[in-house]
Amino acid sequence: MTLVISTIGQGLLWGILALGLYLSFRILNFPDMTVEGTFPFGAAVCVTALIHGASPLLATLFSFIAGMITGAVTGLLYTKGRIPILLAGILTMTGVYSVNLRILGKANVGLLNHATLLTNAFFNKLPANFPTIILGLIFAIVIVVLLSLFLNTDLGQAFIATGDNEKMARSLGINTDNMKILGLMVSNGLIGLAGGLLAQNGGYADVNMGIGTMVIGLAAIIIGEVVYGNLSLTGRLVAVVIGSILYRLVLLLVLQLGFSTNDFKLISAIILAICLMLPLFQEKFNVRKLLKRGVKKP
Amino acid sequence: MSKLELQNVGLTVNLGTDEEKEILKSTNLELNDSDFVTLLGTNGAGKSTLLNLINGSLSPTTGKIILDDEDITALSEVKRAKYISQVFQDPKMGTAPRMTVAENLLLATKRGEKRGLHLRGLDKNLAIFSRETSKLPNGLNQRLHTFVENLSGGQRQTLSFLMATIKRPKLLLLDEHTAALDPKTSHELLELTDHVVRQQHLTCIMITHQLKDALKYGNRTIILNSGRIVLDVKGEEKQRLTENDILKYFTD
Repeated sequence: MTLVISTIGQGLLWGILALGLYLSFRILNFPDMTVEGTFPFGAAVCVTALIHGASPLLATLFSFIAGMITGAVTGLLYTKGRIPILLAGILTMTGVYSVNLRILGKANVGLLNHATLLTNAFFNKLPANFPTIILGLIFAIVIVVLLSLFLNTDLGQAFIATGDNEKMARSLGINTDNMKILGLMVSNGLIGLAGGLLAQNGGYADVNMGIGTMVIGLAAIIIGEVVYGNLSLTGRLVAVVIGSILYRLVLLLVLQLGFSTNDFKLISAIILAICLMLPLFQEKFNVRKLLKRGVKKP
Repeated sequence: MSKLELQNVGLTVNLGTDEEKEILKSTNLELNDSDFVTLLGTNGAGKSTLLNLINGSLSPTTGKIILDDEDITALSEVKRAKYISQVFQDPKMGTAPRMTVAENLLLATKRGEKRGLHLRGLDKNLAIFSRETSKLPNGLNQRLHTFVENLSGGQRQTLSFLMATIKRPKLLLLDEHTAALDPKTSHELLELTDHVVRQQHLTCIMITHQLKDALKYGNRTIILNSGRIVLDVKGEEKQRLTENDILKYFTD
C-alpha cells in the first residue's frame, strides 16, 4: 500500500512534465528533445539554490525560470536560426549538460538536510509519502487550471492555431514565430519545474537524470489518450496527469514481477512502443471484423 | 482614387546565379475601390506570384505596393493580414482541422488584431456565427461545434471563404479557391463569392483557370503571360470578351 501511495505521488509530479510535453508535442506538433536537458537543469538549479539557502518556494520558481530559458534557446534556434526543431532541441540538450555540471560542480549532489517544499511543519505531521501526493495534487491542479484558462484566451487560441495550421495562422495575422517561442518556453518551464519538484522529492539532483524523460512524458500523454479517448481540452490535460499516474503504476507492477530498477528504461520504451502501436492493433485485430468473418465462413 | 497600386513591381529569383529567372516583369497595376478582378494565365505565368507579392509572403525585387495610400511593401504577411484576407486553393490550407467551426470563425473575427490574455468569448459570438453560417449553402450552421477535420472539402472551403470575409478586408485574394471542389459545390461557392463581393463592395482578385467563370464573374479581367500583363479589360469591354479572344493571349 505504501508503495502504491508513493507511486501515485510520483505520478502526479511526473504529470507536470507530461503537461509541459503536451504543449510542444501535441499542440505545436514538435518533437522537442530539449526536455532531456531541461529536466536536470531545473533539478540542478533548484538543488543548488536550496543548498545556498534560498527558500524552497523561491528555488522551485527558479527551476521554472531555468526551464523557460532552455525553451527560449531552442525556440530561437528554431525560428530565428532556421535549425530544424529536432536538431535545435538536441543542441540545447547537449549544451545544457555542461551547464548542469558547472552548476552542480559534480555529477550528483544530495540535498542532505536542507529544507524543501516537502519539509514544512504541516507535512511533517503526515504519514510518509502523503506530502508528495498533496504537493503533486496542488501543483497539478493549479497548472491544469492555469493552462486551460490560458488556452481559452485569444493568445492561447492563436497558439493552438499555430500548431494546427501555421499557414492559416499567419494569414490571420498571428505571429507564428512568437507563438512557437512562447509555447516552447511555457512547455520547458513546466518541465524544469517538474525537475525541481522531483529533485526535492528524491533529495538529489543528477546530471544524468534527464535520460529517458521524453519517453516517460510521451507514455503519460499516450496512455491518457488511449484510456480516455476524445475529450475537451481541459479533459485532455487531466487525462495526461492521470496517464502519468497509470504509467507509474504499470512500472510498479513490472517491478513487482521481479525486474530491477535498472530495467526501467527498457521497460519504459517497450510500454511506449506498445501504446503507440495500439491503434494499429485495433485496426488489424478488429473484433467486429473478426466476428463478421466468423459468420461468413461457417 | 485607386485602392491598390503596384508601381514597377517585379520579382527575380536566384539573382546573380546561372539560375536567375525573372518571374514577374516590372508591372504597373491600379485597382479601383470595389473592383472584382478575375485573373487568368497559363501555369507559370506568374498569377500566384502576383498574389503572393500582394499578400506579403514574397517580397518584390523592385517596386512599391500601395494599399489605400499606405506603402505596404515592407510589411510582413502577418502585418498585412490586418488589411488583406485570403482563400487558398487547398481547402486544408485555410482552416485549422483540430479546432471547431466556431473556433475557426472566432480566430478570423480577430484577423490582424493583437491577441492578448483575454478570455476568447466564444459564447457571445455564437449567435453571430449561427446567423452568418445560415446564409451559406451546405448546412454549416448545424455544425458550429464540429471539428473542422470532420467536414467535407466543400464545407471547409465555404468556411474558409466566410472566415476571409467575416471581418471586412480592404482586399480579398482568392487563389483558385474552387478548383479542388466538385462542379456543383464549386458553382455554389462561386455564386456565393459573387454575391458577397458585390453586396459588400469588396475589392477582390480571383485567380481562376475556368474561362467561363472568368468571363461571367467580376467587372474586370486581367491575363498574365510569361510574367507580364497582356490583357486588362473592364466594364463593357470585358462583357464583349469571348473565350476565343482569351485563348489568343495564352500563346506566346
